[in-house]
Amino acid sequence: MAERVRDGRRGAAEGVPEGRRGAVDCVPGGRRGAGERARDGLRAYWLIAGMWIRSTMTYRTSFALTMAGNLVVTGLDFATILLMFSQVDSLGGWSLPEVCFLYGLSATAFGVADLVLGSMDVLGARIRDGSFDTLLVRPAPVLAQIGADRFALRRLGRITQGSVVLGWSLVSVDVAWTPAKVLLVPVMLAAGAAIFCALFVAGAAFQFVAQDAAEVQNAFTYGGTTLLQYPPTVFGKDFVRGVTFMLPLAFVNWVPAAYVLGRPYPLRLPGWTAWSAPLVAVVCCALAGLAWRAGLRAYRSTGS
Amino acid sequence: MSDVFIEVDEVEKVFEVRKKTGFLKRERHQVRAVDSLSFTVARGEMVGYIGPNGAGKSTTIKMLTGILTPSGGRLRVAGIDPSRERTRLAHRIGVVFGQRTTLWWDLPLIDSYRLMHRMYRIPDARYAENLDRLVELLSLEALLDVPVRQLSLGQRMRGDIVAALLHDPDVLYLDEPTIGLDVISKAKVRTFLRELNTERGTTVLLTTHDLQDIEQLCSRVMVIDHGRLMYDGPLTGLHEAGESERTLVVDLERELPPIDAGPAARVVKVEGPRQWLAFPAAESAAPLVARIAAEYPLLDLSVREPDIETVIAAMLYPIGDTAKPPAERPTA
Amino acid sequence: MGAGRLYTAVAAGGFRRYATYRAATAAGVFTNTAFGIILVYTYLALWDEKPHLGGYDQAQAVTYVWLGQCLYATLAIQGGGAEKDLMERIRTGAIAIDLYRPADLQLWWLATDLGRSLFQLLGRGVIPFLVGAVFFPMALPADAGTWAAFLVALFLAMLVSFGIRYLVALSVFWLMDGTGVNQAMMITGVFFSGMTLPLNVFPGGFGEVVRVLPWAAQLQMPADVLLGETGVAGALAFQAAWAVALLTAGRLLQTAATRRVVVQGG
Repeated sequence: MAERVRDGRRGAAEGVPEGRRGAVDCVPGGRRGAGERARDGLRAYWLIAGMWIRSTMTYRTSFALTMAGNLVVTGLDFATILLMFSQVDSLGGWSLPEVCFLYGLSATAFGVADLVLGSMDVLGARIRDGSFDTLLVRPAPVLAQIGADRFALRRLGRITQGSVVLGWSLVSVDVAWTPAKVLLVPVMLAAGAAIFCALFVAGAAFQFVAQDAAEVQNAFTYGGTTLLQYPPTVFGKDFVRGVTFMLPLAFVNWVPAAYVLGRPYPLRLPGWTAWSAPLVAVVCCALAGLAWRAGLRAYRSTGS
Repeated sequence: MSDVFIEVDEVEKVFEVRKKTGFLKRERHQVRAVDSLSFTVARGEMVGYIGPNGAGKSTTIKMLTGILTPSGGRLRVAGIDPSRERTRLAHRIGVVFGQRTTLWWDLPLIDSYRLMHRMYRIPDARYAENLDRLVELLSLEALLDVPVRQLSLGQRMRGDIVAALLHDPDVLYLDEPTIGLDVISKAKVRTFLRELNTERGTTVLLTTHDLQDIEQLCSRVMVIDHGRLMYDGPLTGLHEAGESERTLVVDLERELPPIDAGPAARVVKVEGPRQWLAFPAAESAAPLVARIAAEYPLLDLSVREPDIETVIAAMLYPIGDTAKPPAERPTA
Repeated sequence: MGAGRLYTAVAAGGFRRYATYRAATAAGVFTNTAFGIILVYTYLALWDEKPHLGGYDQAQAVTYVWLGQCLYATLAIQGGGAEKDLMERIRTGAIAIDLYRPADLQLWWLATDLGRSLFQLLGRGVIPFLVGAVFFPMALPADAGTWAAFLVALFLAMLVSFGIRYLVALSVFWLMDGTGVNQAMMITGVFFSGMTLPLNVFPGGFGEVVRVLPWAAQLQMPADVLLGETGVAGALAFQAAWAVALLTAGRLLQTAATRRVVVQGG
């Protein structure tokens, strides 16, 4: 009996030596480095995101409608700002083009993060209905799999709308553009998107602990992008301190934008801080990654 | 013993449960879902893993697949520690969650397989060969281009089994593979699993509530209760207990005294016009039904197979033996 | 069982159902408080720039913000109340069972939604409002009469809110997919209720129009009653008129919809 079983197996493995068998279809055995894991993760992300795109495309009309709706929804914040400026000429001492500059940076950076990781709030629901376990038996990083979950192209709406406003503000603000200032704009967008991504991941990690409390992260993600649409001068000093040093949202746009627009830095921060956004983003991502790992470890030891 | 494929040695899993005791008060206490569990499974074995709900079955499977980390003990699958090398293990195992499909709801079946092809990095030739073979064995050829949401439960289960096997796993875990399926689908799934096991030597571990799954597939059964292994051995021990009794549920037009069905059956319960009769599982129900139909105003009736809980209870706690017997621990 | 007791029991069921989601409620309180703080600062800047904008002073504007956060879930301003379940029942066909219940469909769902509203008000709405009152200067009335009028206005706002969402939910009988209407409900609800800015700040003819739409009965009217910025009788009459109009429309649409179910169901 045992002999026959082994013969059958060998046939199936097409003559591959027994010990190597498991390694044939996966990356060569042993533990792999962080770089390789990241590459695996990105690959899995694209594979799964692609499946979601194809899924939504099976309902084309619905997709077109929700895409249009998304544009309008994300435009509501901007409509509010326009309404305000229909009554006043400046807000917290900032003009409409300047506020639009903040708005465009915040909305676009947040839009990118929202497109990439915006569905991570399904994690709690997936844990509750048990479907999260099915992700853990796949040969791909769980973060990539849950990040790509429910990937939705309609989220391009916010990016589109944000970058239109940003584009208009760039030509309307009264700024003497220097190469450094021009360079800082894409740097802000990239760092801002990374900071918001870190928030989404941290929020998802929190759901390992409290599965029903997915809404808490809205306060930080949606709340964050909303508050960054207004000048720092609008907010109380303690509040600005909080979103600079505790939850470093200020580095998404407030601090670097102050440099571009030639305005005083919030909290009288030193001049070099305008360029510190990428560093802040890296630290945020690292902390969020640690939180995620801790959350996943807690889940795997409690199964709750 | 070089062919030991799954090795579970004194494994335990303790959960901390918080129970509400008042408006805001919560009490913490520990629950041992799995308690010093030890067993081994050799390559090519097909093992039924059964026990009442909450006995620790799925916790064990989750530890074997790397989803959960054990609280203690040693666990190896194909020489890999599942919780430490989850992704490496994933290439060696296939998992089918009975009530949870991993197929893509809105997309044609074949799309889910293409995803597996790429996610598991299955070489093209082997993917094509496996797909052809599996799809043929499970008669899914005509359904590959049908969106999953349009498949029946049985078709979807077969589809899930294919998805779990495309990467040639050494071991297949099945959680309730026949639950909710019609008779034909059940038969197809069982025939396929038997072939997979004998032809390809794939190790299979399945949990089930369906006694027939075990009868038709597994030469070895493990029974778990309260997180402990209560029985590990050949089917026959379980089989005898399982052969005990079936139940005939009879709905009469009105309330009547207990039915007199002669020596073939006895009434075990009466609730208004409904009565429950127990009869030997090996006997046909037909003569009994005929007799009752002839003598009583019959509205409806149904036959209940002994469920696995009853069988396990009968096996572990024989009638008349009210004290809990010591666990029948395997010594192998 | 008398009709009154039946619908009270239904409302109590709605209340209890939402009361079971403790963590979600706590998360909602936190989020509403955070958004309240952000909005308050922007409003203060706006009113700093232009005092007495829309007839409010700063304290009134602050009160308006916190009332908005308090009523956001209570009135299900962007959807997500009982109509969500109703839509799901229509979509899956389970609605056919409801039609056989010895209860009126509209009243049944209204009672459920009122129960939900009451829980959201007490469980989720009150705390952000109190936080706002502690940390920011508010303009709260001292006399019991104004508070009583406010409670009546709030009840009418609940009716109007349900009236709108019931119509939206019934549309699923014809559309079969609620995604589009849900999104439309969210947009109109947030914007025309005055969640982002009080409607009396909306300029010109546009402002004139939004102030007579039914959404104005949700947040703006109770706020103006509480802040003493409007005649109580006029405000309540405006709300009551919309409530009656919407609930009547709902009843007509319901009749058409049930006829459709009966015809389809055969």
